[in-house]
Amino acid sequence: MAMLELKNVHAHYGKIHALKNVSIKVNKGEIVTLIGGNGAGKSTTLKTISGTLKPSSGQVFLNGEDLAKYPAHEIVKKGIVQVPEGRRIFGQLTVMENLDLGAFTSKDKKKDAQTIEKIFELFPRLAERCRQVAGTLSGGEQQMLAMGRALMTNPKILLLDEPSMGLAPVLVDNVFKTIKILHAEGTTILLVEQNARMALKTASRGYVIQTGKVIFEDDAKKLLENEMVKKAYMGD
Amino acid sequence: MFQKWKDRVTVTDIVMWMIGGTMLLLCLWGSVSTIRAGLYTSSHWIDFCIFGLAQGSIYALIATGYTMVYGVLKMINFAHGEVFMSGPFTGYFVAMAFWRSDFLDTHPVLGIIVIFGVAMFVSTMIAYFLEKIAYRPLRSAPRLIPLITAIGASFFLQYLFRGLYGSGINAYPDIEILEGFWMIFGIRVLKIQVIVIIAAVLLMLVLYNFIMLTKVGKAIRAVSEDKEAAALMGINVDAMISTTFVIGGMAAGAAGVLYALMFKQVHFFMGFIPGIKAFTAAVLGGIGNIPGAMLGGVFLGLIESVAPALFLDGLGIIAPYQLKDAIAFSMLVMVLIFRPTGILGERLSAKKA
Ligand SMILES: Nc1ncnc2c1ncn2[C@@H]1O[C@H](COP(=O)(O)OP(=O)(O)O)[C@@H](O)[C@H]1O
Ligand SMILES: [Mg+2]
Repeated sequence: MAMLELKNVHAHYGKIHALKNVSIKVNKGEIVTLIGGNGAGKSTTLKTISGTLKPSSGQVFLNGEDLAKYPAHEIVKKGIVQVPEGRRIFGQLTVMENLDLGAFTSKDKKKDAQTIEKIFELFPRLAERCRQVAGTLSGGEQQMLAMGRALMTNPKILLLDEPSMGLAPVLVDNVFKTIKILHAEGTTILLVEQNARMALKTASRGYVIQTGKVIFEDDAKKLLENEMVKKAYMGD
Repeated sequence: MFQKWKDRVTVTDIVMWMIGGTMLLLCLWGSVSTIRAGLYTSSHWIDFCIFGLAQGSIYALIATGYTMVYGVLKMINFAHGEVFMSGPFTGYFVAMAFWRSDFLDTHPVLGIIVIFGVAMFVSTMIAYFLEKIAYRPLRSAPRLIPLITAIGASFFLQYLFRGLYGSGINAYPDIEILEGFWMIFGIRVLKIQVIVIIAAVLLMLVLYNFIMLTKVGKAIRAVSEDKEAAALMGINVDAMISTTFVIGGMAAGAAGVLYALMFKQVHFFMGFIPGIKAFTAAVLGGIGNIPGAMLGGVFLGLIESVAPALFLDGLGIIAPYQLKDAIAFSMLVMVLIFRPTGILGERLSAKKA
């Protein structure tokens, strides 16, 4: 059984039909990527998983359990966490306060302290800046904080929405390195990207979405070779 | 350089600056002539200041409720004055029952604590259900709609209390231990005013530390910034909004009892003026900013108490104290014109309203 499964999901914003019959599976321990152009429905897909937008029909399952009845904040407790597009850190709170809020659902202070240690090992920069107001961090640091904050929930599955967006090439490499480290540590990841080449090189499987429909799904290696994907999403 | 300046400044700006400047000059001139006339001794000024601080710390407590609700919902809860009224109004019945049974003479401290408890509970419940019934269903409506609802809720609560308990003024009983004076550094001060200041400052310290240091406080600040991101971190946004109203209600209820103890009366309309003054204070301090609201409240109380004598007496205005409300609201207008972000306010551009 897949860890996360979207089954024939449709989603609407008022009259706009943003997802049309989307079915996606993510198995335990995988990195799966969802690629597509601007406005294709990538973020909407993640919203239906996180529960900030409920599917108008179809289901989202986590380990076989239908998530329809859970509000967004309960879904976090189930082990799904999203790093939203544009990072969305709390700019007026300090770095440490942002991380504390990642642990909002946790009751175990000792474990939180250990998780923070781990996150500071992964992102030493955050440790240096921990008393700084988060809004004053650079773009790259904000991305680290957004990921660190999400990791504070000790997720079973991490949803990343365009983590490389707006970052300089060096920092993009860093983001993908971090994704690999997290994967090696056992986190299951669903990675949304416009940077299709990097995403497909990192992932084991991929889905291509266009105007709300999944048009391809295959092993990442095969998608990298796919002429149509190359043309449309990798600029060859 | 000059060209750039000319492009940015309009005729309206110039007229506004002239009005502002004139008012400033008048205040200065008034102060100088008041002081030169020597109508007031320094002990008068000290009295004005202590009364102003007491009044101001009550405004400050109410203002935190306005500012926190603005933070999480980006709306002005115009029924907050009635949240403030409902507590001490209910507390009045408890106080009278205690007074008739001599409980207030035999156990004054316990009696006062119970009055506070009842009042804070009632204000809190009203604030809580106000949000749940009147505002929550309108969460995604255009911003004007909840504002109008708030004004409706304000009238509803006023006339509910009027209908239930009549439109008369009810006198709070005298409580022996709160009467009389203390001598502090050789200055005679009214006990009740000192007690109001100390109680309000303690409550504000508790409130501020709660918001800054606890997990729930941080979550409330996170919800103020970005509700969706907060939900993605596992924060129950609705629960945090309710908590905000609960905290605001507790502060308003406590402020209400302090007000009733200081002015010795309650009536159904008593929330209106302090409510609008506290709103003014919240705007003065920068709406959405908690320390700003506290500072704004104290500042407004002080100005209201000192300014009539200081600015107006010297200008030859008779009965200047009658004009204290006019001074408060002129300040509101001035702040809205010249510094809409308030004293400690963030820049409007940084606000995701
Ligand atoms: N809040 C919203 N309200 C209305 N339409 C939206 C909203 N968010 C996204 N959409 C529309 O839904 C479609 C999919 O958007 P999105 O999932 O954000 O795309 P992507 O993340 O792939 O760029 C787009 O046509 C977009 O205009
Ligand atoms: Mg997107």
